[in-house]
Amino acid sequence: MNIRSQVSAVFHLDKCIGCHTCSIACKNIWTGRKGTEYMWWNNVETKPGVGYPCLWEDQKKYRGGWKERNGKPELIMHNRASALANIFFNPFLPRLDDYYEPWTYRYGDLFGAAEGDDQPVARPVSAITGKEMEIEAGPNWDDDLSGSPIYAANDPNFASLNEEERKQFFALESMVFFYLPRICNHCINPGCLAACPAGAIYKRGEDGIVLVSQEKCRAWRMCITGCPYKKTYYNWSAGKSEKCIFCYPRQETGQAPACFHSCVGRIRYLGVLLYDADRIESAAGSPAGSIARKQLELILDPFDGEVIKEAKAQGIPDAVIEYAQKSPVYKFVKAWNIALPLHPEFRTLPMLFYVPSLLPVMAHAKGNLHEVGHDFFGSPDNARIPIRYFAALLSEGNEEAIRAIYRKLVAVRVYRRARTVGNIPEARVNKALDEAGTNPDEIEAIYRLTSLPSVEDRFVIPPFMREAAIEEVTDPLNKRESEGAGFTRKPKRGW
Amino acid sequence: MSWIQDLMKPKARLWEEFYRNRWQHDRVVRSTHGVNCTGGCSWMVYVKNGIVTWELQATDYPGLDPTAPPHEPRGCQRGITFSWYLYSPLRVKYPYIRGRLMDLWRKARSIHADPVEAWRSIVENEDDRRSYQQVRGKGGFRRVSWGEALEIIAASMIYTIKKYGPDRLIGFTPIPAMSMLSYAAGTRLFELMGGAVLSFYDWYSDFPPASPEVWGEKTDVGESADWYHSKYLVVSGSNLNMTRTPDAHFAVEARHNGSKLVVLSPDFSQVSKHADWWVPVSAGQDGAFWMAADHVILKEFYAEREVPYFTEYAKRFTDFPFLVALEKTADGYSAGRFLCAGRLARYNQVENGDWKFLVFDKNAGEPRMPQGSIGYRWQKQQGQWNLEMKDGADGSALDPVLSLLGSHDDVLMVRMQDFGTQKTFLRGVPAGYVETSEGNIPVTTVLDLLFMQFGVSRGLEGEYPSGYHQEDMPYTPAWQEARTGVGRDTVIRFAREWATTAERTQGKCMHIVGSGVNHWYHNNLHYRASITALLLCGSVGVNGGGLNHYTGQEKLIPDSSWSAIAFATDWVKPPRHQNTPSFHYVHTDQWRYESGIMGYRPGPEDKNFGHRHTIDHQVNAVRRGWLPFFPQFDKNSLSLMDEAAREGAKSDQEIVQWVVGQLKSRKLRFAVEDPDAPENWPRVWLIWRANALMSSAKGQEYFFRHYLGTHSNAIAGEQARDAVREVQWRDPAPTGKLDLVVDINFRMDTSALYSDIILPSATWYEKDDMNTTDLHSYIHPLSAAVPPCWESKTDWDIFKALAGRVSELARTHLPAPVKDVVVTPLMHDTPDEISQREVKDWSRGECEPVPGKTMSHIAVVERDYTNLYNRFISLGHAVKKDGLGMHGVRWDIGDHYEALLKSAPVNEWNGQKYLSIAEARDAANLVLYFAPETNGEMAYRGFRDAEKKVGMPLADLAERYRGVRYDFGQLVDQPRRILTSPCWTGITNDGRTYSAYCINIERLHPWRTLTGRQHLYLDHEAYIAFGEHLPTFKPKLGPESSHDLLRSAPEGKSLVLNCISPHGKWHIHSTYYDTLPMLTLSRGVGPFWLNDKDAEALGVKDNDWVEAYNDHGVVVTRAVVSARVPRGIGMFYHVAERTISFPKSGLRGKRRAGSDNSTTRIRLKPLFMIGGYAQFSYGFNYWGPPAPDRDTYVVIRKLGGKPQW
Repeated sequence: MNIRSQVSAVFHLDKCIGCHTCSIACKNIWTGRKGTEYMWWNNVETKPGVGYPCLWEDQKKYRGGWKERNGKPELIMHNRASALANIFFNPFLPRLDDYYEPWTYRYGDLFGAAEGDDQPVARPVSAITGKEMEIEAGPNWDDDLSGSPIYAANDPNFASLNEEERKQFFALESMVFFYLPRICNHCINPGCLAACPAGAIYKRGEDGIVLVSQEKCRAWRMCITGCPYKKTYYNWSAGKSEKCIFCYPRQETGQAPACFHSCVGRIRYLGVLLYDADRIESAAGSPAGSIARKQLELILDPFDGEVIKEAKAQGIPDAVIEYAQKSPVYKFVKAWNIALPLHPEFRTLPMLFYVPSLLPVMAHAKGNLHEVGHDFFGSPDNARIPIRYFAALLSEGNEEAIRAIYRKLVAVRVYRRARTVGNIPEARVNKALDEAGTNPDEIEAIYRLTSLPSVEDRFVIPPFMREAAIEEVTDPLNKRESEGAGFTRKPKRGW
Repeated sequence: MSWIQDLMKPKARLWEEFYRNRWQHDRVVRSTHGVNCTGGCSWMVYVKNGIVTWELQATDYPGLDPTAPPHEPRGCQRGITFSWYLYSPLRVKYPYIRGRLMDLWRKARSIHADPVEAWRSIVENEDDRRSYQQVRGKGGFRRVSWGEALEIIAASMIYTIKKYGPDRLIGFTPIPAMSMLSYAAGTRLFELMGGAVLSFYDWYSDFPPASPEVWGEKTDVGESADWYHSKYLVVSGSNLNMTRTPDAHFAVEARHNGSKLVVLSPDFSQVSKHADWWVPVSAGQDGAFWMAADHVILKEFYAEREVPYFTEYAKRFTDFPFLVALEKTADGYSAGRFLCAGRLARYNQVENGDWKFLVFDKNAGEPRMPQGSIGYRWQKQQGQWNLEMKDGADGSALDPVLSLLGSHDDVLMVRMQDFGTQKTFLRGVPAGYVETSEGNIPVTTVLDLLFMQFGVSRGLEGEYPSGYHQEDMPYTPAWQEARTGVGRDTVIRFAREWATTAERTQGKCMHIVGSGVNHWYHNNLHYRASITALLLCGSVGVNGGGLNHYTGQEKLIPDSSWSAIAFATDWVKPPRHQNTPSFHYVHTDQWRYESGIMGYRPGPEDKNFGHRHTIDHQVNAVRRGWLPFFPQFDKNSLSLMDEAAREGAKSDQEIVQWVVGQLKSRKLRFAVEDPDAPENWPRVWLIWRANALMSSAKGQEYFFRHYLGTHSNAIAGEQARDAVREVQWRDPAPTGKLDLVVDINFRMDTSALYSDIILPSATWYEKDDMNTTDLHSYIHPLSAAVPPCWESKTDWDIFKALAGRVSELARTHLPAPVKDVVVTPLMHDTPDEISQREVKDWSRGECEPVPGKTMSHIAVVERDYTNLYNRFISLGHAVKKDGLGMHGVRWDIGDHYEALLKSAPVNEWNGQKYLSIAEARDAANLVLYFAPETNGEMAYRGFRDAEKKVGMPLADLAERYRGVRYDFGQLVDQPRRILTSPCWTGITNDGRTYSAYCINIERLHPWRTLTGRQHLYLDHEAYIAFGEHLPTFKPKLGPESSHDLLRSAPEGKSLVLNCISPHGKWHIHSTYYDTLPMLTLSRGVGPFWLNDKDAEALGVKDNDWVEAYNDHGVVVTRAVVSARVPRGIGMFYHVAERTISFPKSGLRGKRRAGSDNSTTRIRLKPLFMIGGYAQFSYGFNYWGPPAPDRDTYVVIRKLGGKPQW
C-alpha cells in the first residue's frame, strides 16, 4: 500500500443550473491575461452538445488519454518510444477554430465617432490580430442547445444511438438538456503529465494537484494532446502551457477554489480522498468495462484501522486523515456510491466525480397535444435522456451502474415526501428503499448533504501547513518578515 | 515504485509563486450590484494596488431557521463580471456633450451673460433647436467640464420652470431598491423643484395588476428560501435558472426533500431541466391551463366532497361567501355588484353602509354584515377592521355559508361569456331574495358564481358542460387543449396532485410566476386563474405556499423612511408622481398609431367604458381623478397663481376653488386633453440608473421620432384621427419634443449615446448605498472599494451639485418662495378609496367637480428655489411633525429626531436646526433609524398604531425586537435580516422565512381591499363591462389584432413570428450585455432564437444574419437555431444594446437597425385606469395600466448579402 492523499471533488449535476458563474470567477482571477483569453480552466457544457473545444470527447480526432496494452496503460498519442520521434510534430492538437478566435470590440468608437448621419456602433475585432472579424465560434457555442441540429445532434455520446433515436431526442416530448461543468480532473494517472517531454508537469505530493511549471514548460504542447479532457491550454503570448491550478493559492489559505466558492447552484463538494498509488497502473490498465470499479477500489476507506496505521507510517499527517474522514467526496463516491468519474474509459483516473442529473419525465404526443407521463416523480426508465447516454458519459456504457444511482436518488425523494406530506404508503416507501439498497439513515444523510449543506459542509479543506512545506527552502520567520518585498516582473516569454 | 510520481520537492516548486502573486490582494470591501435583477447579492470586492481586480460572493448572511438551506453563495455570472466595467473602454470617465449643442451654447453664452437667457436664445430658435436634435445618437461627443455641464442643465431647468412650469421637468430612474439613495438623490431634487418623477414597475410591465385586484397590494411575495417549504412548486413565466440564478437552488433542493416541481413553459427553458413535469403550454395561454385545473378542483374538492381546511379558509379569508346581486338582462341574469349592507333595513344606519358587505349567516338564516370591509377601515369607530367572524353592528358571531345551494329560493339563469369564441351560455345559479331599499333582489355568493363561471353544475340546470371531456365548453380540461396544446389527462392529474398536496400540508402549494406570463396583454387574467387555484386550496399566507411573482426588484424594504427623503415629503407634500405607461403612451405619440382597443377588448359595449380608443379612457381617467398626468394643465402651474390672485383668490382654499371653476368652465384644460400642443410637451429629461432610451423605451422608434427628433425606423401609419373623441388631434405630429436630455451613467449605453449631455457617475464599487429585494429578507450595503474613478461622482453628489447650481441661478430668476398647484389622484390607503361607488363624470355634468371626491385632489404648495440646496441636504421638519408611515399605518419620530440633533450631523440655516443628509451615508443612517424594518422601536410603534384600527393584538410581533437598531456601518460588517414590520405582511421572527400575508392569516388583519378579504370577484362597473369581474380567459392577441404588420409585407422566404423578449442569460436587461465576458459567452451578440424547422423554412442556418421587422422597426442580428424553441415563436432576449455590433438594415433606408424595443409599441388596458374604488385607487407603482410587450409580431427573413456597417 502506497498511500497518497488528494483533494478531490464531486459535482452534483442535478443541482447545476448552468449559469457559468464558476467560469467567470476563474477567468477573472486566472485567465484574463493576454494569451489566455480563450482558456476556460472551468467551463460549463450543455449536454447533449459538442463541448469545448469542439468535440473534445472524440479521441479518434484528438488521440487523448490512454489505451490498454498488456494490462498496462499506454498513451494513445504515442507510446514512450515514439514520443521522441514525434517531438517536433503533433498532428492531434485542436486548432483555433476548434477553440475560437478571441475577440473584443472597438468600444472607443462610441465616444470618438465624429458626427455623422447614422448611429455609430462598436464592431467586433480579433483580440489576436486587432482586425475586424466575423464571430463564428465561442467557448460555449452550443449553450442551452444553441444550434442543436449542428452541435447537439453530433454529440459523441450519441455514438450508440441510431438516426431515428437521435431525431427522437429533439422531439418535444423527449427533448432535454443538462449541464456538465468541467475543470481539470487532477487525475491520478494524468495524460498531460505523461505526455510532457520537458518534465514540466507534476502532481503535488501533499494534495495531488496537477501543475504545469511555468519555469520548465518548453511549449511542446504534448500535454494538450495527452489530456483527453482538453484541459491544458497553450498561452500563445507567453509561450507556455497553462491549466487549472485548483486554486492552490486559495486552498493553501483555507479557501475553496474560486469556481467552488462561487457555485450558486451549490453543486460542488470538496474533500480529501486517500488512495493507494500501488494500484494506479493496474487500475488504469484494467480491461474495458472495469476501469471505474478499479478506480473506486484504489480509493481507501479512511476509517479502516489498517489504512490509518499505514497512512501514519507513510507520513500522512493526522490532520489529513481526520479530514479524509470528514470528506463529503468520500461519502458521495465511496460510502453512498452515487458519484462517478467522467469518461473513465480515458483511463486517467480522474478525481472529480459527478452525480448524474434527474430529468423531467418523458411525455407523449397525442396528435398535436402533449401529455406528460403518469409518474409523480421521474424514474430511471422514463427520464427524458436514455440511461444509455449517462452510461456513455460516466460508466463506460454500464447502464446498471447509472440505474442504481437513480434508484437511490429517487428513493431519497420518495422517502422525504412520505415524511413531509405523508401521502405515500409505507410499503411503497420501503420498496423504493429496498430496491435502491439503502436505508433511512443513509437516505437522511444523502438528503441533508444534498439539500441543506452549509459552505463548511460542502468544502472540507484540509490544513496545508505551509510553514512546514516551505521550511526546507525558507525560514518561515524570514518569510513573515520579507514576503512580497522586492520586484514582481513578468516572466520572460518563450524559452 | 509507482506509476506516477508525486512531487514534494519545495525547491522545484518555487515557481508556484507565479499564481500566488496573482491571488494576493490588499483590501476586500463589501458591495453589491445596483441592477434590476432582484438578486440583491452580497459581494466582496478585491482591491490590489488601488485597482479593483475581481469580486467573489460574501458567505456571511445571518442564518435562517435551520430547516431551510442557507443562502450562500448569492451572485451570478453577470454580477461576477461587473469589475470589468470599472476600467473598461465603455466607462464614462468625464462629462460629455453633443458637439453641436456645445457650439450653440458657447456662442449663446458669449452673447448672454445670464445662462438662462443663453438657454432661451437656443431653444426659442427653432433652427438651432432642431439642429442638435436631429443629430442625437449620431456621434460628435466632446468632453466638457463639470461646471459647464451643470450650468447648462440648471439653466434649462430654470428656463422651463419659468416658461412652462416645473412639471415639464421629467426625472426617470427605476427600481429604488437596487440602490435606494442614488435613486432618492435625483427624485428628491425633482420633487423639491416640482418636476414629475416617473414610475417604473408598471412601465416595465413587471407590476402584476392581479395583485392589487386580489390583495390590494402592489406585490408582496415570499423570499426564495420559502420555496424550500413548498411541497408542490409550479413555475411558469419565470425561468429560475436564468433570472433567479442565486435563488434557484432552493427549488432544486426542495425536490430532494420530496417536493414536486412542475414547469409550464412553451420552450424547454433552463428551469425545465429541473422539472419533474415539463408542460409546454402554448405561449401566452397559461390562463387556460389553470382555468381547467380550477374546474377540476371545484368539482372534486368543493362540489363532490368538502375539504374542511379549504372551506374554513375560504369562509374567513376570501370573498367567496359574499353576496352579489343578480341583475336582470334581456335573456336572463348577469352577475352585478356586491350587495351593500346599507341597503338593508337592518343596517341602513351604519356608517359607510355603501362600503360594507354581506354574507348569508347560517345561524341567523339571513344576510349579515361581517367586520373587515373597507367601510370599517375609514369609519369613525376604530377597532372593527379585522377578520373576526362577527357582525359589525351587534358583534354577534357569524358562520357564513359559502354557497346558497340547498338554502336557495330560486335558480336563476346567469349569463357566462366565453371570450375565445364570443359564445355566451346561460347557467343556473342558486339565488336567494333579499329585501332592500331598492326592492326584493336576487343574490348569490361569489363561490356560487365561481361554480357557474367554471362550468361545475352541481346538478343545476343550464348550459353546463357534461363532464371533463366536453371540448366546446369552457373551462373543462378538454376545452383547454385547443388553447394550450396540453392534453386533458395532464391537467386533471395536475389539479388532483395540487389539491391533494394542499389538503395534506395545509396549503403548501406555490406558484412561482414572472414576466413570462405578466408581459402579456391579459396578464391579470392568467394570474387570477392560478390565484383561484391557490385560494381554493388555502395556499396563500402560509409558508411554502402562495403566488410568488418575481419581476423587477420592486421591494424597497425600508420604504416608509426612505420615501420621505426620496420624494421630499419632509418639505413639500404631495409629490408629483407620474405613472409612466400613460406618460409615454401619450407623449411619445404612440396613441396616434393605434386605431382603437376593440381588437384586444372583446366584451360588451358600455356607456362609461365603451370608448374605442385608449387615449379617450386616459383623458377620462385624469378628469375623474383616477390617474395622475403631467404636465397637469395647459398653463404654467406657477403663473396660474398670479392669474388666480388677479381674480381675487387669496387663500389656498380659494385658489383651489378658482382652479376647479376654471376647469369646469374649460378656461383651464388638462394637458392630457391636448398633448401635442407645444406648451404641453415635456421639455427637460434627466435619466439616471436607467437605460430609458433602450431597455425602457417600449416603442423605441417613437421615442426617437417624437421625443428626440432624430431619425426613426418606424413606418407605421397614424390611425387614431377618426377614432378619438376626448383628445385634441393636431397635424402634423410634433417631433423632437424634448429640449434637453441628460444621462447620468457609468457606461456608454444606448441612452447615453442618444443624450445631449452625459455625466459620469460612480459605479457600484465606488459609492455608499443600500439594496433590498423580494428574494431575500436582508438589507445590505453598497460601499466604496475605491473612490469614484476619473471624474465620476456619486449620484448623491451629482444631484447635490445640481441643486446648488439651480439655487444659485434662482437667486436671480426665482428669488422669493412661490406657490404651485399640485394635482394628485384619489389615493389607495386613504379615505379616497371609498369616494366613487358609482362612476360619474363632472365634465359631462353627471356630478359636480369636487376635489378628492369626483376629481383629483388639488393642493397649493410652496416652492423655495433659492433654498433648494439647503432643503436638499436637510431632513425637513415635516417628518418631525407628521411622523412617518406606509399603507395607512403611521408612527411618531419627533422624539428621536430631536434626540438625534445632539449626536448626528446637523445643518443650521434660517435659524433652524436640521438633521443633515449632505452625505449619502448620513441619509442611509437616517433611513435605517426611522424604518420599522431596521429599528424595532419604529416597528413597535407602527404595530401599536395598526392595532387601533384593526382592534387585534399585533405589537407583540415587535415587542422582543424594540431594542434592535441597525446602522450603515453594521451593514458593511454583515448584511442584516429585516424585522417583522407593520408595513409588510410576512413574519421574520426567529429566522422564519418570509411568506406574504402570514400576518393577515394569523392575526386576522384584513387585506386592503373592498371586503378586506382576498378578492376573486371584482364588482367595479368597468370590470363588469370588460367581462373580467370573474376569473376568465381571453386569448392572446393575434398578428391581425396587433396591427404590427399593416405595412410590413413578407419579403422573399419569410415567416410571421410572435416575437417575445424574455430575460436573458448573459445580461440583466442591458447591463452586463456589453461586457466582454458576457458577449464572449453569448456568441458576441444578442441573437434571435428560432425553431429549427422554422429556420429550415426560411433557409436560415445557425449563426446566419437575419432581419426581423414590423411597422415599428427592424432588428438585424444573428440567428440561433434550436429545437428547444417552439415553432411560431422568436425569442430575442432583452436587452441587446444597439451600440454593439448591430448592422444596418436595407429595409429601412440603410440605417442602423435596432434591438428588441425597435419592434414594440405599447398597448394599455384601459381597465387598469379606474380609480377611487377600494383597491382600485392610485398608488405610485401600485396601480395603473402596465405596458406589456409580448403580444408583438414580426416578419423574419434571412438577411440578403453581407451585413452593412
